[in-house]
Amino acid sequence: MKALLNAIARLGRLFLDGAQHAGSMALFAVELAWVLIPTWSRPRDIFQQIYAAGVLSLVIILVAGGFVGLVLGLQGYNILSNFNASESLGVMVALSLVRELGPVVAALLFAGRAGSAITAEIALMKTTEQLAALEMMAVDPMRRVIGPRFWGAMIAVPLLAAMFSLVGIVGGYLIGVVVLGVDQASYWGQIREQMEAWDDVGGGAIKSLAFGAVIALISVYEGYRAEPTASGMARATTQTVVLSSLAVLGLDFVMTAFMFGA
Amino acid sequence: MIELDGVHFSRGAQVIFDGVDMHFGRGEVTVVLGPSGTGKTTLLRLIGGQVRPASGRVMVDGIEVARARRKALYALRRRMGVLFQNGALFTDLTVGENVAFPLRAHSRLDEALIRRIVLFKLEAVGLRSARDKYPAALSGGMARRAALARAMALDPEIMLYDEPFAGQDPVSMGVLLRLIRRLNDALGLTSIVVTHDVKEAMSIADRVIVIAGGRVIGQGTPEEVRAQREQEPALAQFLDGAADGPLNAAEDESPLSADLGLGGGQ
Repeated sequence: MKALLNAIARLGRLFLDGAQHAGSMALFAVELAWVLIPTWSRPRDIFQQIYAAGVLSLVIILVAGGFVGLVLGLQGYNILSNFNASESLGVMVALSLVRELGPVVAALLFAGRAGSAITAEIALMKTTEQLAALEMMAVDPMRRVIGPRFWGAMIAVPLLAAMFSLVGIVGGYLIGVVVLGVDQASYWGQIREQMEAWDDVGGGAIKSLAFGAVIALISVYEGYRAEPTASGMARATTQTVVLSSLAVLGLDFVMTAFMFGA
Repeated sequence: MIELDGVHFSRGAQVIFDGVDMHFGRGEVTVVLGPSGTGKTTLLRLIGGQVRPASGRVMVDGIEVARARRKALYALRRRMGVLFQNGALFTDLTVGENVAFPLRAHSRLDEALIRRIVLFKLEAVGLRSARDKYPAALSGGMARRAALARAMALDPEIMLYDEPFAGQDPVSMGVLLRLIRRLNDALGLTSIVVTHDVKEAMSIADRVIVIAGGRVIGQGTPEEVRAQREQEPALAQFLDGAADGPLNAAEDESPLSADLGLGGGQ
């Protein structure tokens, strides 16, 4: 009986902790929203963050995109050739990438590669009183540190997702057309014919924009609110990757249901 | 210049300040002494407006810090320089860029002029040759002096020093002591030095305030504070660094056997 009560109590506490976390993140998001426009008064800060978060993530994104495209090409060819439909390989690879795998996998990789780095950087600046020093120099850390990092991540994610998809489609071409002998004209032709600019490409772009915003928010929030200790920093970076990944996958389901469900 | 009026401040259940009154005079070096954990850093954060008192007022040059609007508060902070405990230098900027940072943030001076000011400030703390080094390459004492140069960059009227001597070897401590005194006199600053190094700090102080247990247990010139020790046993214990006395009496109140669950302790 007592064990049961304890379990229920623990469940309740877990829920309360979660609610508190969500609440304070929402408050933080409001505070952040206030500085998002003023942050653009120093565009160089933002470009620097796009470089740090985006350009430096290019290698992992391009390599991963290439491999995913190769695998899609192989698997797709195997299934489609059962139905004598291997000419549709191009559109299958392209749609999988543009609608789903591009936005989602690029976002997951980004959270691990750049989101965790953003969190760690901000948490370290907090631990070493650099944020307090900014405040006492009459420089708002929200504007100077948090805002540019948020923008950098949010802008980088959709661009990376687009490049992920492009490289993936080329990967599918390499395995399908060059190695397995699918007709080159139908690989590209079917993509051009069947892919909708607004529904497919636009839908994927909206998805990755949303993922970018969510990862950016989680990354800066976890860093800003990290406990100023070594273990606090470790917890914050882990939290960023875990929360971002779950949020991306959950959000992906919801958005897919709305966009492609009917 | 700076005035604390019946300030209460607590963190959770722990009372940090229990109605303290303090006064810091213009142009003076005031040293705030007290055992670790008595809220000396909190005092600086109150003055800088980073935390608010639960009740009471903190006045800086006629402005109530906790009530000031953001703009007024930032204008006030621009007149303050803070030396943080570990320097708090920006680790991704060189020493020179660190010193230039507040200038670039708050002025529209051209680069050539900023360069000159930076060299000038670094010369004042004896670090001109280290301007292209990153903070990670500096020793503790050098980092603190670099941070001092940055704190002085905007020619503040008020300087706040948070434990400037912690972890310094005797030589760099001596250098810092002399710097604090000289800067104060040469530039007509109002300086507040928070520390627990009694002897060294007393040597440069115009006035001394000793806090312990959430209240002020002694204040005045160094001589006056030394003379007050007769009436205040806690002050005497702190100044002498005695192991036993009222400051750590609370530790011993409940017998160890009670915590061990032996029952016998009454």
